[in-house]
Amino acid sequence: MSKVLMKGNEALAEAAIRAGCRYFFGYPITPQNEIPEYLARRLPEHGGVFLQAESEVAAINMVYGAAAAGARVLTSSSGPGISLKQEGISFLAATELPCVIVNMMRGGPGLGGIQAAQGDYFQATKGGGHGDYRLIVLAPNSVQELVNLTLLAFDLADHYRNPAMILGDGILGQMMEPVILPPPVNIQVDKPWAATGCKGRNRNIVNSLYLDPQELAELNDRLQEKYNRIKANEQRYDNYLTTDAELVVVAFGTAARIARQVVDDCRLRGMKVGLFRPVTLWPYPEKGLIEATGQAKRVLTLELNTGQMVEDVRLSLRDRIPVDFLGCTGGILPKAKDVYNKIESLIAQKTLFACG
Amino acid sequence: MSLALNLPEALTDKAFHYCPGCTHGIVHRLVAEVIDELGIRENTVGIASVGCSVLAYNYFNLDVVQAAHGRAPAVATGVKRVLPEQVVFTYQGDGDLASIGTAEIVHAAARGEKITVIFVNNSCYGMTGGQLAPTTLLGQKTTTSPLGRRENIDGYPLNIIEMLATLRAPAFLARTSVHKPSMVVRAKKVIRKAFETQINNEGFAMVEILSTCPVNWGLTPIQALKWLEEKMIPIYPLGEFKLPGRS
Repeated sequence: MSKVLMKGNEALAEAAIRAGCRYFFGYPITPQNEIPEYLARRLPEHGGVFLQAESEVAAINMVYGAAAAGARVLTSSSGPGISLKQEGISFLAATELPCVIVNMMRGGPGLGGIQAAQGDYFQATKGGGHGDYRLIVLAPNSVQELVNLTLLAFDLADHYRNPAMILGDGILGQMMEPVILPPPVNIQVDKPWAATGCKGRNRNIVNSLYLDPQELAELNDRLQEKYNRIKANEQRYDNYLTTDAELVVVAFGTAARIARQVVDDCRLRGMKVGLFRPVTLWPYPEKGLIEATGQAKRVLTLELNTGQMVEDVRLSLRDRIPVDFLGCTGGILPKAKDVYNKIESLIAQKTLFACG
Repeated sequence: MSLALNLPEALTDKAFHYCPGCTHGIVHRLVAEVIDELGIRENTVGIASVGCSVLAYNYFNLDVVQAAHGRAPAVATGVKRVLPEQVVFTYQGDGDLASIGTAEIVHAAARGEKITVIFVNNSCYGMTGGQLAPTTLLGQKTTTSPLGRRENIDGYPLNIIEMLATLRAPAFLARTSVHKPSMVVRAKKVIRKAFETQINNEGFAMVEILSTCPVNWGLTPIQALKWLEEKMIPIYPLGEFKLPGRS
């Protein structure tokens, strides 16, 4: 397979087609418009349907209908649009309908800006809509991973009957990188629960209303049991020079690309610094993080927000190691030098602490 | 003794939860009879809405997807685009369709989505306790318009069928009622046309059915039927507003 140069958003869209997705419903918002634009051209060529909805609310409910009818279906948006989709996302989670939702994050809150940020971490990983539910949240950090994780997202969504989210950002969506596109997969997933017309079987109901409190509690118990299985089986992460690291930087997506450069700078100067990069943000890869910080005396979380994932890092490490945070908002990227300086000062504090 | 009428196959034998005198049960039965007569039960997906008819999935003996408040036309769009050969219908009340779901119904109609919409209008929010709806009549008292609907406060009632009739795409738009036996017979014919429009691939079809809400109107069932005839029909005139092939 040869490499091609592709923009992140377009590579993701092509990956969705190769994953067997034939339905897209969405509403334009920057910085992810290349996804709907690409699919508007390409889906009809594959016998699929592209439909620009009148709103994000309608788009996610079209996704809900298509998923209920048994299709592999995609929608994509960015922060403010994802907020509007939360009603439908809660319904998709409650009815256990598989679908893939892309959030190419921009800065917030409110209308915010159109530059890359990671301020939707809480919204993606802690619910976002109403009720007790979880999404499978995947965080790519390259165009190649946008492709790989899109294929994985469709598989995980079908396997667990759960919505999966690709949590990218404006930089990943807009950047161009060489990428290897996988051959199209030909997966026929059996969906005996789908509402397709009841010919030859008992009728199927897709519903999330449980007026009997006991029945609703049973649904929630069943969902939690599923979420526990996902937690046990699907924690994914990437380690870079963590084996002997005395300080481990934790970062995902675009922030992890900056962190990796800083780790290289630190190593050149003889500092034992490594990078732990969560690939699944839910489930959070806490087992991997505990292993990666086995030798660490300090942890620094680097995010394009005011400190969201840092809470999961602290929960995972349970105060065993001091955890510091460095972040930027507004679409401003942390400079490698600033991250380096922060690491240097933390290492100095550690020495002081050890001596004192 | 011979049985004059059986339960339609498209209905389950579950007893309706609707209040005494409410005409939802009649509309359910008419939809089910039409589905039986057209022989489409096994090829149909129903979309249940939010409101009094939220439990429609308990009653229609076919595949049903329950939708969020107002979103049934969008959900139906998703189902129909995946299953273009199947029959897809939504069953919505006026709080659902004419208020929170206005955007969804307007745009599904404007796209000419090949679905059938059964729109039951009882001029109030039934399930949540009789609050003001977009379809509440001027002067009509509800729990959130205790002095009666006033145009300078709450605006005017929304004539959805007439609004949609200004669009190019819809193929069949009609308003009917079920307040007396002759009207029930006529309503069934109209509902049948709305399904046939979809089966014949002619486009978006919608029937508004005027319905009673005795409990929230504070009337007896008989008084409610009379109120529907005397008060609602002048504001919501019955008839066929758009027919297939005539735009």
